[in-house]
Amino acid sequence: MNENKFLSVFKQNAIWLVFIIEVAIFAYFNPKFLSLPNIVNISRQVSYYGIASIGMTFVILIAGIDLSIGSIIALVNVVCAYLMMNMGWNMWLAILISIAMATLIGVLNGWMVASIGIPAIIATFASQTIFRGCAYLLSGGLPIPGVVLENPTFGFFARWSLNRWEIFKAMGDVGLIPICAIIMIICFAVGSFILNKSYFGRYFYAIGGNEEASELSGIRVNKMKYLIYALSGFFAGLAGIVLLSRSGSAQSTAAIGFEFEVITCVVLGGVSVAGGIGKMSGVIAGVLIIGSLKSGMIMMNVSEYTQMVVQGLVLAVAVGVDCFSKKRQAS
Amino acid sequence: MANNDYVLELEHIRKEYPGVIALKDVTLQLRRGEILGLIGENGAGKSTLIKCCSGAVIPTSGKIKINGKEFTRMTPQLAAENGIAIIYQEFNNVGELSAAENMFLGRPILKKNGIVIDRKAMEEEAAKAFEQLNIKINPRTLVKNLSVGYQQMVEIAKAIQQNAQVLIMDEPSAPLTTNEVESMFKVVELLKSRGVSIIYISHRLEEIFRLSDRIEVIRDGEYVDTLITDKDPATIPHQVDELIKLMVGREMTQKYPPREPCIRDEVVLELEHVYGNGDQDISFKIHAGEVLGLGGLVGAGRTEIAQVIFGARPKESGKIIFMGQEINPKSPRAAINHGIALLPEDRKRHGALLTNSIKNNIAMPIYERISKGTVINKKREHSIAEGYREDIQIKCPSIHQLVKNLSGGNQQKVILAKWLAAQSKLIIFDEPTRGIDVGAKFEIYKLINDLVEDGVAVLMISSEMEELMGMSDRIIVLAENKMMGELQKNEFNADLIMSYASGVVPEDKKVKEAS
Repeated sequence: MNENKFLSVFKQNAIWLVFIIEVAIFAYFNPKFLSLPNIVNISRQVSYYGIASIGMTFVILIAGIDLSIGSIIALVNVVCAYLMMNMGWNMWLAILISIAMATLIGVLNGWMVASIGIPAIIATFASQTIFRGCAYLLSGGLPIPGVVLENPTFGFFARWSLNRWEIFKAMGDVGLIPICAIIMIICFAVGSFILNKSYFGRYFYAIGGNEEASELSGIRVNKMKYLIYALSGFFAGLAGIVLLSRSGSAQSTAAIGFEFEVITCVVLGGVSVAGGIGKMSGVIAGVLIIGSLKSGMIMMNVSEYTQMVVQGLVLAVAVGVDCFSKKRQAS
Repeated sequence: MANNDYVLELEHIRKEYPGVIALKDVTLQLRRGEILGLIGENGAGKSTLIKCCSGAVIPTSGKIKINGKEFTRMTPQLAAENGIAIIYQEFNNVGELSAAENMFLGRPILKKNGIVIDRKAMEEEAAKAFEQLNIKINPRTLVKNLSVGYQQMVEIAKAIQQNAQVLIMDEPSAPLTTNEVESMFKVVELLKSRGVSIIYISHRLEEIFRLSDRIEVIRDGEYVDTLITDKDPATIPHQVDELIKLMVGREMTQKYPPREPCIRDEVVLELEHVYGNGDQDISFKIHAGEVLGLGGLVGAGRTEIAQVIFGARPKESGKIIFMGQEINPKSPRAAINHGIALLPEDRKRHGALLTNSIKNNIAMPIYERISKGTVINKKREHSIAEGYREDIQIKCPSIHQLVKNLSGGNQQKVILAKWLAAQSKLIIFDEPTRGIDVGAKFEIYKLINDLVEDGVAVLMISSEMEELMGMSDRIIVLAENKMMGELQKNEFNADLIMSYASGVVPEDKKVKEAS
């Protein structure tokens, strides 16, 4: 019995072992991989899909999918920059409006999926196209540069450490942790809280397991779908702001194919695409694995094309192992 | 060799899963041209056993012999090549293809050029196979347009067309109507007369007696006994008792636990001329502490009215009065908030959340009540679930176990616990014991008794006549979405209920009502 328990705990956390092995391999080939600047760098790169992965986790937990987040990020970039640079709005107001807009796009997705009944893959694919188009229209396809240059505070989201940000100077030194990574950590904490401590998490797992039975158990399934797609939009919006503060220039072509990277992280982290199964800690591991894989391969001078091949293989193998073990259990 | 009599032999089959032993030691011998009834409670291992025959499950140990030839490693292909065919509860049909195409699925007849499918030849072959079974199906009909009974016939015809010597049927009568069952029996008997051996699995003992030559009983993954069927009607009741004893492993003295009359004056639910979800003009009252039985044939509109009361389907007109107040629940959530609960007929699809834990299932309707803001009070969640686990004796190693790993009876208890936690005042049971084995049925009945003794009102939909009469205080019978009649306890009579259910109001009844 005890042995079984050990085995199941081990199995549940096997993803972290994969992460450790991966890091060990990269560190073996390039000792600089574990150097402080590189770790900080990885944490910055990882943060923007880490933040978006939280909303995606909820969506996939209820057996849905959200293909619109890449376009939401692009639109948030363009709108936020447009409001600040072309209209001269206050930075905080522009950020607030952009994130609110992202959340509303999520609500629109929820409406299409829950109230109209369009399959999630089609509904969110439609919004992907629509809002990418909106981003192009608003920007005329041209970048809106100078966001951080003219609003130095905006760069705060991407800063290397809190102590460089003037307002927080008095509060002391958080050292080298980039602020975008801190935002990501807070988001993961919020995600974990929603999944484990609040009743919403219980509802999400229930709906992913069986929608009809959930409705008949008193869960308002449609309301929850609205909430989940809205959350996905919200987290994508936040990720968009982080990206803008890093690049300093809004691109309507930003984050193309981004949703698939996020889906990779989430599924790699053990969230079942069939719904109902998955943990936030697994998703964190998934995000870290993909993040360090990218960074490690760049350091080993692996070409971008090869990186794509490797990333695809990782996804197929990770999901394959999971599915295979389930299949074997069944027979 | 004397063993040549046997088409199929399973010797000391054992199947272990991590943590569970599905089959401990089962032996089964099937003679040429006989019908062997295989019975056992749910979870006794019948399904695993037949999956071992088909190669879908590989036994941990034991021998499988077909026509005396031993197979160490059975595969689905080998099983098919050696004439073993299985008709599962869920058919393996493709609805969008024709009957003939389904019969030749995966092994089409090709034209001489070896590329193009010879549809005509397949249709002719299929027609021949149907003719052999004396069934009238147009080979070109799409399977989705066939009735369930005919869909099953397509599967049987497919097996025969492939020269099956052994046909294993898993609960074949479960989805069928009475007439369809009758024609299925005829086909089965016809096959037997042609020398096909059949393993017939069913919960319905009367079918087993009607068809089988011998009856094998298994219990908890072990072989118990094999009896030779005595078709003399006089001895059948005695044999039934014997079989139930063998299946359950103990004496079943009474089928329905006794209940002190506990009907109170207070009316919990009253329907006044309710129309909706296909039902027309339904009016009745349920008192606190009363079990109101809802009888009728499948499709008579019983589940439909339950869905309206529970807010899962909209009401068109009429009044629903609950605890003295008119209500109009627009969603299950609204009905639950009033104190109405529904245990659906299809437990696995609509009732239990199989991939969630027992604890989460029980607390699901009350999370918002036991949370501060949105934060769940986990101590209360845990203690409530533990409390019901003990109260109604849900058999499980822990409340963290997933509901899909429980037996049917225990799943039903979890669903009931959920509604008890929600402090329901009216509980609707839709076929409360369908697919639940004999022992667990008795426990469910006892729980229903406890409920009404505590003043809960129970509406019980049941297609089992005995259950309906054994448990109800009063029975209302529906036919074709309308109310046909009402019977007080002293009027309970199976014939009368059946005639109401068929939409006939007996003459003497009419006179009595008029006077």
